[in-house]
Amino acid sequence: MSHIEILRAGVLTTCQDAGRPGWGHLAVPPSGAADRPSWRLANQLAGNPTGACALETTLNGCTVKAHRNVTVVVGGAPCAVTVDGRPESWGQPVKLKAGSVLDAGSAEVGVRSYLAFSGGLHPKSSLGSHSTCLLSGLGPAPLQDGDTIPLGPSPAHPPLPTQWPAPWAGIGDEIVMKLHLGPRLEWFRPAAVAELTRGVWTVSEHSNRIGLRLEGPTLKRADPGAELPSEGIAAGALQVPPNGQPILFGADHPTTGGYPVIGVVGPEAQAAAAQARPGTRIRFVPIPMPHWSRRS
Amino acid sequence: MSTGRTTAAPRLRPLPAGPRGILIDCGTTAAARACYRSLQSRRMSGLLEAEDLVPGATTVLVDGVDEPELLAAELPGWPLADEPESAGEVVEIPVCYDGPDLDAVAALWGVRPEDVADIHSGFEYEAAFCGFSPGFAYLEGLPERYHVPRRESPRTTVPAGSLGVAGPYSGVYPRTSPGGWQLIATMTNPGRLWNEHREPAALLVPGTRVRFAAVRV
Repeated sequence: MSHIEILRAGVLTTCQDAGRPGWGHLAVPPSGAADRPSWRLANQLAGNPTGACALETTLNGCTVKAHRNVTVVVGGAPCAVTVDGRPESWGQPVKLKAGSVLDAGSAEVGVRSYLAFSGGLHPKSSLGSHSTCLLSGLGPAPLQDGDTIPLGPSPAHPPLPTQWPAPWAGIGDEIVMKLHLGPRLEWFRPAAVAELTRGVWTVSEHSNRIGLRLEGPTLKRADPGAELPSEGIAAGALQVPPNGQPILFGADHPTTGGYPVIGVVGPEAQAAAAQARPGTRIRFVPIPMPHWSRRS
Repeated sequence: MSTGRTTAAPRLRPLPAGPRGILIDCGTTAAARACYRSLQSRRMSGLLEAEDLVPGATTVLVDGVDEPELLAAELPGWPLADEPESAGEVVEIPVCYDGPDLDAVAALWGVRPEDVADIHSGFEYEAAFCGFSPGFAYLEGLPERYHVPRRESPRTTVPAGSLGVAGPYSGVYPRTSPGGWQLIATMTNPGRLWNEHREPAALLVPGTRVRFAAVRV
C-alpha cells in the first residue's frame, strides 16, 4: 500500500480536509483546515480536487518520507523546504521519489504550513471527514513520529506547472479584522464598542485550533451577574468570558457556549487568525448590527 | 399526525451572528424546540438553505446562510406548530445511582440518599439540545424543586458514563472529560451514547425522550 511516513511530527501536525460542517446539532465542531485559502491553494497546486486531505503543521513544520512517487506542495506559512537535504521550492509542486524525505522547516512567518500530496491523504474518517478535531477527539489522532498515512490514487489532473505563482497574502505583526457586531452586543456596556474600535489585543500563548485567547482591554458586561443560557456558536465568534478577555473561536470551536458573543469575524479574518502567532497584535473594525436586528 | 394547531410565534427575535448567520432568540425552551423543528422541516423541503442548525436552551443558531436578512425578515410572523403529543419513542437508559455527589444532591433535595434513584428515575426527560461533547445531550424534565447548582470546583476528570445534574438539566458524559456537574449515577453502557457507524451517531438528539431505569450492581 502506498503511503507516507511521518519521521518528525513537530509540535502538532494533523490531517485536515474541509471538516465536518452540518453536525453542530450533535455537538460536533466543524473542524477542517484552519487556514482554508492556503489549504485550498496547496491542493490545487498539487492537482488535487477541492477538499482533499492534507497535513497541517504548527510552528515548526514536520518531516515525511514518501513510500511511492508523489508530488507534494508545501503552502501556507512560508518555511524552508528540503528533499533529502537539498533545498526545494516552497509553494510549488515538488516531485518526491519513493524513499525520499521531505522536510518542511519552521514557519518563517505565520503558524501553519500545509503539505498537499497528489492523490490526497486517506487516514481514518469520521462523519465523512479525515480532519483531526482537538476538541471532540473525532478523526485521526494528532500525528506522532512513525505514523503512516495511506495516499489516494494519483489525481486525474496533473499538478499545475511549476512556474505557477503561489501567492500568500501573509500576515504581519498586526492583523486588522472586520468584526460583525452581535448577537449579544446588548450584554455589554455601551463603552465596549468604543473599546473594540480603539483597543489592541495580543494573541496569547494559550491559543490553538479551538481558539485564539486575546489579551488586552477588558470588555465589560452590562450586568456581570447575568447568566446566558447555552446557545449555538457561529464560526468566527468572538466570545467574552467573565474575565472580559475575549476568545476568537477557530475551526475546532465548541458548538454551544454560555458566555456572550459580542461579534463574529468572516472567513477571511478566520484564515488570518489561523496564522497569528502568540504576540501578534489584533485590532477590530466593528461593523454595526444590520438594520433588521435594530427594530424593537 | 399532529392536530395542526398553531399559535402565534411568541416573538422570534433574529440576532446577527456574523455575515452568514442568524441567532434566533425564541424566549423559551418550548419555543426554541418548535422553532428548531420548523427550521428542520423547511430545510428538508428545500425552503431553507443552511449549513448548520444548532438548537440551544432558548435559541436556534442558523449558520451558513447566503442571505440572512431574508430569513430575518420572515421570522417575526412565523407560526410555530405545537408539538404533537408523544412525539417519538422513549429511549431507556439503565443507570446505577452510585455517583460521588449522591449524598450532596440528596442533602440539597432534602431527601435520604437512597431516595434519589426513585425521584430522579421517576421523571421523563427530553433532550433539549446537544453540546459540550459529541453524544452529550442537555436533558430537561427535572422539576424546579430538584434543580441544584454545579459543583463549586469542576472535576478535572469525570469518567465516561457519569450521570450529572446541574440547574434544570441532567446529562450523561459520553467520554471521560473534565466536568462540573453533580454526579449521581453511572450509565452501565456509555458506548451507546455515541457511535459513528450508526445513523444518527448520537443516541440522544434534540427532541429524544429519555427514561432512566435504576439498576443495582
